[in-house]
Order: sequence, then structure tokens, then C-alpha cells
Amino acid sequence: MNAKFLSYLVKRLLMAFLTIFLVIAITFFVMHAIPASPFSSEKAKSDAVIAALEAKYGFDKPVTVQFWNYLVNILHGDFGLSTGWVGNTVIDLILGGFSYSARIGFTAGIIAIVLGVILGSIAALQRDRFLDKIIQIITTALVSMPSFVMATILLLVFALQLAWLPSLGNQPGGLILPIISLSLYPMAYVTKLQRSSMLDVLGQDYIRTAKAKGVKNSQIIFKHALKNTLTPVITYAGPMMAYILTGSMVVENIFSVPGLGRLFTNSMLRTDYMMIMGVTIFLATMIILMNFIGDILYKVIDPRIDLG
Amino acid sequence: MTEKKAEGKKIKNLLSLQIDPALFETASEEEKAQQVTMRESVSFMKDAMRRLRKNKIAMISLIIIVLVALIAFIVPTFYPYTYTKQDVTAQNLGPFQYSAKEQAKINKGQNIFPHIMGTDNLGRDYAIRVIYGTRISLLVGIFSALIVIVIGIIYGSISGYFGGKVDMVMMRIVDIIYSLPDVLIVILLSVAIKDWVSTSKNELISRLGAGMVSIFIVFGLLYWVSMARQVRGQILSIKEQEYVLASKAIGAGPARIIRKHMIPNCVSVIIIIAAMQIPSAIFTESFLSFLGLGVSVPMPSLGSLASDARTSLRSYPYQLIFPALSIFLIVLSFNLLGNGLRDAFDPKLRN
Repeated sequence: MNAKFLSYLVKRLLMAFLTIFLVIAITFFVMHAIPASPFSSEKAKSDAVIAALEAKYGFDKPVTVQFWNYLVNILHGDFGLSTGWVGNTVIDLILGGFSYSARIGFTAGIIAIVLGVILGSIAALQRDRFLDKIIQIITTALVSMPSFVMATILLLVFALQLAWLPSLGNQPGGLILPIISLSLYPMAYVTKLQRSSMLDVLGQDYIRTAKAKGVKNSQIIFKHALKNTLTPVITYAGPMMAYILTGSMVVENIFSVPGLGRLFTNSMLRTDYMMIMGVTIFLATMIILMNFIGDILYKVIDPRIDLG
Repeated sequence: MTEKKAEGKKIKNLLSLQIDPALFETASEEEKAQQVTMRESVSFMKDAMRRLRKNKIAMISLIIIVLVALIAFIVPTFYPYTYTKQDVTAQNLGPFQYSAKEQAKINKGQNIFPHIMGTDNLGRDYAIRVIYGTRISLLVGIFSALIVIVIGIIYGSISGYFGGKVDMVMMRIVDIIYSLPDVLIVILLSVAIKDWVSTSKNELISRLGAGMVSIFIVFGLLYWVSMARQVRGQILSIKEQEYVLASKAIGAGPARIIRKHMIPNCVSVIIIIAAMQIPSAIFTESFLSFLGLGVSVPMPSLGSLASDARTSLRSYPYQLIFPALSIFLIVLSFNLLGNGLRDAFDPKLRN
């Protein structure tokens, strides 16, 4: 770890923190620009009750003071109290939902990367042959399908028509369909990335040198090529995280999984502002951190990349 | 030609300048004719369009997009059903089915236009709703691309043209915007402006719905960054090119350099990125509509149609299939056309 890398690391980390701060600020001020108070929509409450509630949640103070308090509280892991699920703290609800979403999302991500790398490599090695064409057609079709279309069609075919898999997330095996629906799009994307990166690497001089020295094809692929093809896939980790986390909002609703995505859409229905703010900030932080990790790994794996 | 003339002359005194007066005669008509190029010069655009026309998949996609657009914008003007008209006697009909009332009219010899895609749970004709949803998707795609093009080009070219400190500050801003999770901000914004939009006096805004308005706002605020980056990169590199220096040396002014060199060299990245932006905008809109944050009811969107179909998925699967197929077809065509444009306009990127 040299000085140049360290300075890049620090710069990138500051950037990530700045972005997270911006997200918090945007979230806070956008939600506070709403004229309606979260309590005004509920019926049968006198002005005094509303005022008391607002005082309890600190909504009566000036906005800047509220923002400062909110920021300080977040740094202590306190996202406030939920108004939609009375008696629960936002952070408890988030962590409860996240345990489901993380399980689905993590599995889907791993599946997408592993299958994508395998399929992409096969397509590149079989370039312009039948197998490559089939893989290309399938991936092109898959990246043109929104997550909700994919999920509802899987639900219709495998759960309702064929009845091979359960349609609800809390049944045994019920997480299989949500995982598949979330992994197909990133898998297709990774396949495309891996194919072009493999084609690029196979055209390099050192591959020809290895071949000229008489190295076996399998050894060329696994020892020389594969490692160098993975860098584009790693930079996709951040965007993939964003896709999976936002995609889980529809997928969890379709398959009734009590995860973070469903919690988010439900808190919109219940106009639970603290919850909406908390989940947005939580999800955004996850995505920004994943982008950060992806960028750093990219530089660690491929030292040739300019640390500008 | 001129060299030949010179060869014929005998060499003068070695110390003289060896100037041949014949070289300074005005050109004859015959000589002038030889300067005229035989073939029409092929401009960059023409060349790219020729490559695009040769690409069968891209051309088929383009034809599909044009057809879908024609259907979406022309059919509603003469279609016998509207997307709002409810008919309680004709709920959840299958494709080409008639309700008892309509069947009675047909038996009397009247002509009833068939429900090509059936009807929904309120007895509204499904085909016209899918057509309106498609129209929304296309409009979102095209307007978002326009927003991205305008803001991206202006921002990117200012940053690239001025360079130095201005460029550094502007690009740091782009870096930060680039790392903001855009879909989350669209959702947040559409939640926040939902009440304002539904009570807005402006008819256009209230008809569009919170999701659409926030998509356009977020596209205007966030999505143009990749366009700005690419345009800036192009402008920066073109500025340093020798042919720009050469044309400056010949005496070309900034206007000519911008017109002849900057714009043509940016056109390819602009077209490629705008084409990639369209499917992602359509995705975002349908995603929001599916979550119930998109267009305001009763206006249908492909996302909200698919979402509504979920309640009776087992009994009426076609209510899902039609909007799903429609969105798949649109996005697929735009993706394939985008690939074709990329290959045609930037052969270097091809793999």
C-alpha cells in the first residue's frame, strides 16, 4: 500500500461521506418541504393533540435545528420513531426488514456474478458460434425486462400455473422465486460485461505468448485470462447493489416478503415520513458504500489503473 | 503535372533561384477540371447512416418503434372506446369476447367493435388502455432524452471549453451527482410532491401525476451527468487535435471550428448516450407506476396496468401479459437500436 494509493483511498472515502451527507440533506429537506404534517391526514385529532404530537417528535422547532438534531441522532444510530407502526423505532424496523432483504439480495448478487462470469466466458470462447448467439439473445432479452415484469411472469408461470414453487415468501422455498427474479437482470448484465472483457483479454499479447510457449488452453483461461477479465465486473458491484435494492421493492411486494423494500412501499402508503427518510438514507448509504468498495477493489486488483 | 513542365526546362545558372515562369501561369480549364473530385464526399453522418442501414436488427427495431409510436399516437383518435369509459356489464372480458348486452346488439345486426385485448375489472376496453400506457412510456423516454441532451451538452461543453479551474469544479459536482442513487431520489421526490401535484391548478401537471413530474425533475437534476462527462471529454480532446490547430492556422474562426469540428465529433456520443437513456427512463417510469407513484388515475401506464393485473393474476393472466409484452417490446427495440447506433456512430467501441 503506497502513499499514492492511500491518498486515493482517503479522497474516495471523503467523497463517499460527502455523498451520504448530501443524501441525508436532500432527504430531510425534501420531506420537510411537504406542507402537510404527518398527523394532519389522520382523522379525529384536535389541534392540541397535533401540537402535542409535533412537540413529541420535535416538529415544532426551526428546520435547521431539526436537521442538526436529525443528523446527530443518525450518527448515534437513531433514525427516530415510526409514526406508521406506532411504538417501533425506525432503525429496529429497518434492521428487521433488512435481514430478509440482505438474504435475498446477497444470494441474488452472488448468483448473478457467478453465472454471469461463467456464461460470459463461454460466450467469448465460443465467439460467433451457436452457443454465443443463444447466450447473446437471452441476455439481450433479459436486460429489456423490468424487474416487476420478470417477477410477475415468474409468479404466474412457476407458482400459479405450474405450482412448482410457493407464491409467498414466508412458505418453505418461498424465497427461491424472489431470488431468481432479482438475479436475472444483473446476471445478464454481468454476462455482457464478461463477454466483452474476455474477448479483450484473449486478444492481448501475453495470451499469445502463453499459447506459443505451449500452455494448455484450460490453463491459459484459468491462470492467465480469467483474473484479468474480472475488473469490469467488480466495478459493476455498486450499480448492481442499487438495482437489487430498488428492485427488491417490487419483488418483495409481489412475493409478500417482509423485507426492506416492502417496508418502504408500505411506509409510503401510511405516509410515515420518518420511516421513508430512514429507509432512503439507509439504502442510499448501502449503495454508496458498495460503490466505494467496488472502486477500491478495482484499484487493488488492477494496479495499472491511474489513480488520478 | 507542374513537375513535368519543370523537368523540360534546362537548368539555369546554379546560383539562380531556378524559378520556372511556367509554374506561375494561371491554370487552364483542363487543369481546373482535374481538381474536381469525382465522387461526392461522404460526410460523417452519411457514413454512419449507411452503416446503420446495413444493420438489419437495428433497422427492424427502428421500424417497430415507428410502428408502435404511430399506433400509440394515431389509433386513440378514431378508436371507438376511451380509456376512461367504464361498462359494468362488460367486466373482465377475455380478448374478443362480448358482454351479454353487446352480444344482444350484435344479434340485432348492429356492428360492435371487438375488445381486442378484452376489458379490465371496471369494464374498460383493455386495448386502448395498453395503447395509452405505451404512449406514456414513449413520451417519458423521448422527453427524458431531450432533457438529458440539452442540459448535458450545455454543461459538458462549458466545462470542456473553459477547462482549468472551472472544469475542475464542474466535474467534481458531476462526480458527486453521479454517485447519488437516482431511483431512490425519484421515489422520495414523488412521495413528497404527490399532494402538491394532485391539487395543482395546472392541468398538465395534475394529469401527468407525481411520478412523471418527479421523473422529469430528477432527469433534469441528475441524469445528464454521463452525457455531460462524455461531451466534455470530446470537447477537451478535440480542442487539442492537430486539425483544429491547422484550421485555426488557415484562419478559421471559433464559429467555424465549433460548427465543423466540435459538433460533428460530439454528435456520435450524444446520439449514443441519448439512445441509452431512453430505455432507462421507460424502466424508471414503469417501476414508479407499478409502486403506485406514477401517473394519476384514471390515466393508465404500462407499470400501473401490470400492477393492477396482479390482483386477479390467476383468473385473467392476459391482463398482465399485454402490458408486459408491450413494455418488453419497446425497451428491447430501443436497446437494439441503441446498440446499432453505437456500432454505426462509434466503430471503435465495437467488440
